[in-house]
Amino acid sequence: MIAYIIRRLLATIPIMALVAVFVFMLLHLSPTDPALIIAGDFATPEQVDEIRRQLGLTAPLYQQFLHWAGNLLQGDLGKSIYSGLPVTTLIGQRVEPTLMLTLCTMFIAITLAIPLGVIAAWKVGTWIDRTVMTLAVFGFSVPVFVIGYLLILGGSRKLGWFPVQGYTSILDDFGGFVSHITLPALALGAVYMALIARMTRATMLEVLNEDYVRTAYAKGLATRKVLVKHALKNAMVPISTTIGLGVALLIGGVVVTETVFAIPGLGRLTVDAVLRTDYPVIQGVILVFSLTYVLLNLLVDLSYVLFDPRIRY
Amino acid sequence: MNDTTIKDPPLSARLRHRAGVVVDSLQRNPTMLFGLSVLLVMAFMSFIAPFLGLPSPMEQAPRNRLQPPSGEAFFGTDMYGRDLFSRVLHGGQVSMVVGLSVATLATAFGLAIGLVTGFMRRVDAILMRFMDALMSIPSILLAIALVSLWGSSVQNVILALTIPEIPRVVRLVRSVVLMLRDQLYVQAAIAAGTSTPRILIRHILPNTIPPLIVQATYICAQAVIFEAYLSFVGAGTPPEIPSWGNIMAEGRMFFFQTPSIILYPGAFLAITVFAINTFGDGLRDSLDPRMQRSV
Repeated sequence: MIAYIIRRLLATIPIMALVAVFVFMLLHLSPTDPALIIAGDFATPEQVDEIRRQLGLTAPLYQQFLHWAGNLLQGDLGKSIYSGLPVTTLIGQRVEPTLMLTLCTMFIAITLAIPLGVIAAWKVGTWIDRTVMTLAVFGFSVPVFVIGYLLILGGSRKLGWFPVQGYTSILDDFGGFVSHITLPALALGAVYMALIARMTRATMLEVLNEDYVRTAYAKGLATRKVLVKHALKNAMVPISTTIGLGVALLIGGVVVTETVFAIPGLGRLTVDAVLRTDYPVIQGVILVFSLTYVLLNLLVDLSYVLFDPRIRY
Repeated sequence: MNDTTIKDPPLSARLRHRAGVVVDSLQRNPTMLFGLSVLLVMAFMSFIAPFLGLPSPMEQAPRNRLQPPSGEAFFGTDMYGRDLFSRVLHGGQVSMVVGLSVATLATAFGLAIGLVTGFMRRVDAILMRFMDALMSIPSILLAIALVSLWGSSVQNVILALTIPEIPRVVRLVRSVVLMLRDQLYVQAAIAAGTSTPRILIRHILPNTIPPLIVQATYICAQAVIFEAYLSFVGAGTPPEIPSWGNIMAEGRMFFFQTPSIILYPGAFLAITVFAINTFGDGLRDSLDPRMQRSV
């Protein structure tokens, strides 16, 4: 197992190296001169030259890359063009809200979507199944920010149950944290829930046709036991794969959700960086999110052991 | 020996047969018909908008700012007094163009790369690592970065949304190719000395089409949503073009006064994506009976 984990971790290195090359090339393949973007519309040619020299854009491309990658390996993502602060500092300041939002969303989505998918598969073809599936297609179709604004309109404005926007750290005030995080987590979770519920239903339908499920029923096991212990446990491998891959949707949604709910997280950082073409920040955020995504999916692969003892690493 | 060359039926007959299959499956699959009709209505409305004699989507009337929906302006007006109904109808054009272009481009590129990688072992190893790396960057982030660095224009939005989708199409095509490569009829064609391009086009390509069409509808639906995301965070369609994402992005500050600025384009967007998804689900059920009633 440990040897396998190490092997998989080593295998992520070339992937991450390629990601780093992509992220580096993003800027240098852009049709416009990065120095011009940074200098803005009103800069004189001398100022642009100055910026170009400061950024080391005059060196050959491979040297620039080696320099950048060397810093990267030492955990230096460069400095923000706008604020002059190190990108790692900026990211560090913004991690908590995003991390908490994502974790809460995953928690809510998984605890709601898996039971819904199981019930839909169990009651396949009935109105329950159709309702769940229609809701799932809706979840795929309504954009995060529309759901977000509808929730604000209903939950905060009409009912007054939740604060409209903002964020309170879990360390400062737990009650405030919960009331601030509920609506964004629900908005962000809609697509994710739809994805997991559909996958759960599909895999459960396959598993419920297996002989051992019929045997379990035949020997008189309670329906709930058959569904959870026999069927769901066997369906968990594809479901957890979906949970892992779906995080990409969450990361995309975070950017929008944080804007709607004014949460000072990595998503806001990205949007602000985009508006200011602060490309070291954009590059840094992409690298951090991609690394998290890759490692998380590695974790998901490892979790298969929990559901299926036949899998050995 | 008499002439035994097998001739294909004439093109007209084949087309008639295909059309018959489509009509048949539409009749048997009311959800698909529903999705397609809603989609066509939305597309029709957005492209006919310029000829309806509505107020121009750009025309500002500062006196009539942020009006609620009324008989004169069905959806009310925005913060510059522009007619929201006209803007929302026109806004559909960008979404339709982006959705369709991204779906077409991503499937075309993905198909070409997938066919080659699936069939040629040596290229496969290198290209797939490349695709893996591309896939480990969350697609929205990649698109946001691309547009913000390339500058905002509809073409750049289309390109930025296409690039992250290509690896997913490649994977799909490649899996079909890998499965078919060991089939007896392909082995027979290889043994008979058929050239690789001919095998790919004649024997393998047709089998990738049904799953690809289904995938294309999902890519299209996602592209429509992602275009709105990009515009919403300010890295999308140029702000002067009325697109659903732009209308909502501008309405952000005025949401509490006039929620209609966000709710109407949001509803149009959601209905369109819902229609594309329903159509795609229907297509999947009728093109691939094995996958019926699953995901």
